[in-house]
Amino acid sequence: MTGRAPSRAGTEAPAVLAAARVAHRDIRAIRGPLLVVGGVEGVGWDEAVEVATSAGPRHGLVLDLDEDRATVQVFEGTEGLAPGAVDVRFAGRPLHLEVGTGWLGRVCNGRGAPLDGGPPVTGARSAPVAGWPLNPVDREPPHEPVVTGVSAIDALTTLVRGQKLPIFSVAGLPHLRLATQIAAQATSAGEQFRVVFAALGLTHADIAYVRDRLEGRTATGELVLFLNAADDPAIERILTPRLALTVAEHLAFEEGADVLVVVSDMTNYAEAVREVSAARREIPARRGYPGYLYSDLASLYERCGRVRGRAGSVTVVPVLTMPAGDVTHPVPDLTGYITEGQIVLSPEIDARGVYPPVDTLGSLSRLMRHGAGPGRTREDHLDVAAQVLAALAHARQSAALAELVGASALGETDRSYLAYREAVERDLLDQRDDEARTLDDTLDRAWRALATLPRHELTMVSPEQVARRLPSGEEDDHG
Amino acid sequence: MDGVSAAAPAVSRAGRMVRVSGPLLEAEGVPDVRMGEILRVGSDALSAEVVAVEGTRATMQAYEYTGGVRVGDPAVRTGEPLSGLFGPGLLGRAFDGLMRPLTDAPLWLSPARAETGRDGDATRWRFVPAVAPGTEVGEGAMLGTVPGAGAVEHRVVVPVGVSGVVGWIADEGEVDAEARVAEVGGRAVHLSERWPMRRPRPFAARLSDPAPLHTGQRVLDLLFPVARGGAAAVTGGFGTGKTMLLQQVAKWCDADVIVYVGCGERGNEMADVLEDFARLVDARTGGRLIDRTVVVANTSNMPMMARELSIYTGIGIAEFYRDMGHDAVVIADSTSRWAEALREFANRRGDLPAEEGFPANLASELAAFYERAGRVTTLGGHDASVTVIGAVSPPGGDLSEPVTTITQRFVRAMWTLDRDLAYARHYPAVHWAGSFARDADGLARWQTVQGDAEWAARRATALEILAEADRLASLAEVIGVNSLPGRERMVALGGRLLREAVLAQNALSPNDATCSDAKGAALLDLVLAVVEACHAAIDRGVTATAIERVDFGPVIRAAQDVGPEDADAIAAIRARMLATLGALT
Repeated sequence: MTGRAPSRAGTEAPAVLAAARVAHRDIRAIRGPLLVVGGVEGVGWDEAVEVATSAGPRHGLVLDLDEDRATVQVFEGTEGLAPGAVDVRFAGRPLHLEVGTGWLGRVCNGRGAPLDGGPPVTGARSAPVAGWPLNPVDREPPHEPVVTGVSAIDALTTLVRGQKLPIFSVAGLPHLRLATQIAAQATSAGEQFRVVFAALGLTHADIAYVRDRLEGRTATGELVLFLNAADDPAIERILTPRLALTVAEHLAFEEGADVLVVVSDMTNYAEAVREVSAARREIPARRGYPGYLYSDLASLYERCGRVRGRAGSVTVVPVLTMPAGDVTHPVPDLTGYITEGQIVLSPEIDARGVYPPVDTLGSLSRLMRHGAGPGRTREDHLDVAAQVLAALAHARQSAALAELVGASALGETDRSYLAYREAVERDLLDQRDDEARTLDDTLDRAWRALATLPRHELTMVSPEQVARRLPSGEEDDHG
Repeated sequence: MDGVSAAAPAVSRAGRMVRVSGPLLEAEGVPDVRMGEILRVGSDALSAEVVAVEGTRATMQAYEYTGGVRVGDPAVRTGEPLSGLFGPGLLGRAFDGLMRPLTDAPLWLSPARAETGRDGDATRWRFVPAVAPGTEVGEGAMLGTVPGAGAVEHRVVVPVGVSGVVGWIADEGEVDAEARVAEVGGRAVHLSERWPMRRPRPFAARLSDPAPLHTGQRVLDLLFPVARGGAAAVTGGFGTGKTMLLQQVAKWCDADVIVYVGCGERGNEMADVLEDFARLVDARTGGRLIDRTVVVANTSNMPMMARELSIYTGIGIAEFYRDMGHDAVVIADSTSRWAEALREFANRRGDLPAEEGFPANLASELAAFYERAGRVTTLGGHDASVTVIGAVSPPGGDLSEPVTTITQRFVRAMWTLDRDLAYARHYPAVHWAGSFARDADGLARWQTVQGDAEWAARRATALEILAEADRLASLAEVIGVNSLPGRERMVALGGRLLREAVLAQNALSPNDATCSDAKGAALLDLVLAVVEACHAAIDRGVTATAIERVDFGPVIRAAQDVGPEDADAIAAIRARMLATLGALT
C-alpha cells in the first residue's frame, strides 16, 4: 500500500468524513450480531460503523444496503443494545487500522486495544484491514526456509518464507504448545524476523500460557499479541486475524521484515462467520457454513507471500482443530484447498508420548522442494527427507503386518523397519517444547534414525551421501 | 432519472442504485435495460452485469469489490456486454478475469483501475498483409500476420459477419494494437477485435474423427488419453496433485497455445507458473514456454464474480487462437471455484437451491462450458481445436458431490486422483479404477493408422493387470503376499512394475518430466514382456521367491535413466531383463 496503490476516491477526504458522521438513531431491528439501521443516506457498502452506547462504543461494518436501510455487523455483538439507546455513525470508508512498528512488543485484545497497560497503538499510516489482493504478477515465488527449531517440521515439512502452512489438530492435542513454540523460536536468514500471534477464542488458561511463553520475544520487541478470549465477543474473531495480517503486511512489505503470523484457532473464526451468515438467513452450503467460506478464508490466507523487488515476507501458520478429527469437515477441508500443505497432529502418536505428535505421512509442505535442499538448507535435505518418509510408509505396512501375524513372525527387514520407526519417533520427532534445534542437528538425527535400517533399503539417498552422512557404526550391515 | 426523452440520452441511460450487498447490486429506473449488459456503477464506474430485469429494475453482479458504493449512486447503461480486446499481445502475459493486463497493473489490486482493454498500452506491432486489394474474402479468411507476437503465427482474420472485397489493406509496417488494417466489403477491420467474453465464436463445422492430444504424461497418453478438441477433468481431494498434473500438461502437451486459467486458486501458484514457464524451453518451438501461454489469473482473494467470468475469458482467448488455425488448450484450475461463485451469487439473489446450495442451472452451465471444446473446421477453413481440461476440487474429497458428478457426465475423459497413491508419493496419482477415457476406441484407430496397431491391446492388458493386482492386494492384506500361489504373486509383481516403472512419473527429472509416444509404448512393452517372462518362469517351475529376488531396478529406473525420446535404450534393457529371467531355473 504505497504510492502505487490508488486510494479509493473520496475515502481520505475529511469533508466526506465529517458529512457522514451523522448520528442515526432509527434502529429497525436487532438480530444476532446484526443491527438494521433505517433512514440511512449516502452510506457506502463495507463502511466502518461506530455504535455509541452508554457503556462505550462498539464497532461494526455495513453488510447490506437496501434503500434507506443498512444492515450492520457489530463485532462486539448486540448483547444489551436497545433500539433508541444507541447512536450509529458511519465512518465514510472501510475499516482502517493505523500500522507501524509501534505494534511490536505490545499485547492487545482482539480489537487492537492494549491489554498491557500501555497507551493505544498509533502509526504513521492507516491501512484498510480487509487488505487489497496482491497482484499475482508481482508475487515472488517463495524460496527460502523459515527454521522453526522443531525437527518434525524443519526436516520433513519445511516451512518456507511466504508460505501458508496450517496445523490440523484435534481437541486435546498440544497444537497450541506447538504453535507457541514456533512463534517463540522460529527464525530466518533475513535481517529482521517478527511474529504476530493472534489468539481466537482461547481459554484464559491458554492465553496465560501463550503470554508467558512469548514474553521473551515480546520484551525484545519482536512480537505482537492479539488476544481474543473464549468469553470475548465471538464476532470480534472475524476482525482479529485481519488486524494481525494488516499489521504483518506493513511490517513485511514496508519495513522489510520477515513476518510469521500464527493464528489459533481458525475453527472459532469459521464459527463466527457462520453465526453472521445464519443471522443474515443465508442459504448454507455444508454443515451450516456459508458457501463463501472458501473465499472468506482465502481473503485471510492469501495475504501471505513475498513481493518481487522488496525485502520482507508474510508467512502464515493457522492452527485449527478438526471437529471429531474429521479432515473432511468444511473448515480443514477448505483450508487444505487454499493452503500450501498441512501439518497434521495425530492422537495415536500423542498417545505414544511423542511431542510434537506430527503425523509425518499425512503432513506435507508443498513448497518444501523450493525452500529446502542445496543452497537453501543442506544439500542432502530433500533426499534424506524423502528417504525418511518412504521408510516410514514401509514401517507403517510392517506394523500393520505385525499386528496380524505378530512381530516375531516378521522377516528381518520388516523388524528393522519397526526399530526404525521407534528411532525416528524417539531421536528425530520427539523434543522438548522449549528446545530449538539447529537444522544440522535435525538432519543428523534423521541420518541416525536411518542407520537402523539395512543399507540396501536406503534407495533414495546417493552412495556419496550415505558415505558422508550415515553414522559409521552401522556400516557393516549389508542385509 | 427515468425520463426516456431522446434529447437527453445521458440521463436516460442512467438508473439509481437501491441495493448493495457485496457483489449483488440492484438499480431502479434503468430504461430498456438488457440481460447481460454492463452498467457502470458508483463513482469508480465499476462494471456490473445485468442478470435479472423486472420492469426498470435491474439486478446486477459486480465484477469488483463494491465497497463505498451507495444507495442513490448512478448506474449508467453501456448497452454492451462485457468485451475483451482480442489481438496481439496476449501470449506471454497475464490477465485478470476481466481480461485486463495484470502485467502492468499496480501491486495492490483495488477497483480504481483502468477498465477492459489495454488503454495506454503503447506497444507497436508489425503488420504484414497477406492479400492484395481487390481480393474477395469471407469470414475467417487470413488478411495478414503479425510476426513476433508469441511463439505461434499471429494471423489477422476477417471478423465474423464481415465478407466481400478487400477495398484497402495496410502496407507492411508498424501499427498500434487497435489500428485499422483493412477494409473488407466496406467495413473496417482492426488489428485487434472486441468480442464479448461469454459469447462462443462461431465455426463452420465440428470434426468427429479423433486425434490425440499428446500430454507427455504416460498414465494419460497410454491409459486415459484425451482427444484434440476433447474435454477432460481431473478430480481429487486437496493434496492429491491436481495442480501439479495440470501444470505438467500445460508444459508438455503438443498444443500450439495454452491458456492457463487460475480460477480462485493460490497466488503463489500463479507466480510459480509465470516464473517456471518463463524459464522453461518449449521443445517444439525452441522458444520459452511462456511465449505460447496466456495466463488468466483470478486468485482466490480476487473478486468472486470476476472469478466466475475468468473461465469464459480463458475459453474465449482459446477460440480466438483456434480461429487462426491453431490447436489451443484451456486449463481451468479450478471449475469448483467457478461453481462456488455461481452458488454464492445465486444464494445472494435468494434463488431456490438445488443440491448442496448450488443453483439448479449448474448442470446446464457446466455442460455449456465443456461443450465449447471441439475440433472444428474454422470459418477460414482450418482444422483447429480447443481442448478443455478442468480441475474439480470436491469438498472433503467426496466424489459424489454435485460438481464432480455433473462434470463426469459431460467430459470425454476423467482423471481421478487417489489420496493413497499421493500419500505413497506416486505421482501423477491418477487412479486406473476411477478414471475413464470415452475416446479410447477412436484414438486406438488413430494409433493404428499411425503405425501402432498394438496400442489398444497394450492398454487393455495393462488395465487388466492393474485391476487384478488391486484385487489380489486386498487379499494379500488379509493372508500375506507370501501365502499367494506363484501365478498370483507374479500378477502382484506385474502391478507393482506397471505402477512404478510406467505410471509414476517424476516431474522434476529432466528425462522423465515428459515422455514421447514411442518411449511410453516401449516402457509399457518392456514391463508387459517382463511380466510375461515371469509367468513363463513360474510355469517351468521357478519359485516366486526366486523371481521376486531378481533386481528389477533397471526396469523401474528406465523412465528416468533414458532420455524422453530414446525408445532404443529401453529395448536394450528389455533384452537384458528377458535374458536374466530366461536363465532362471
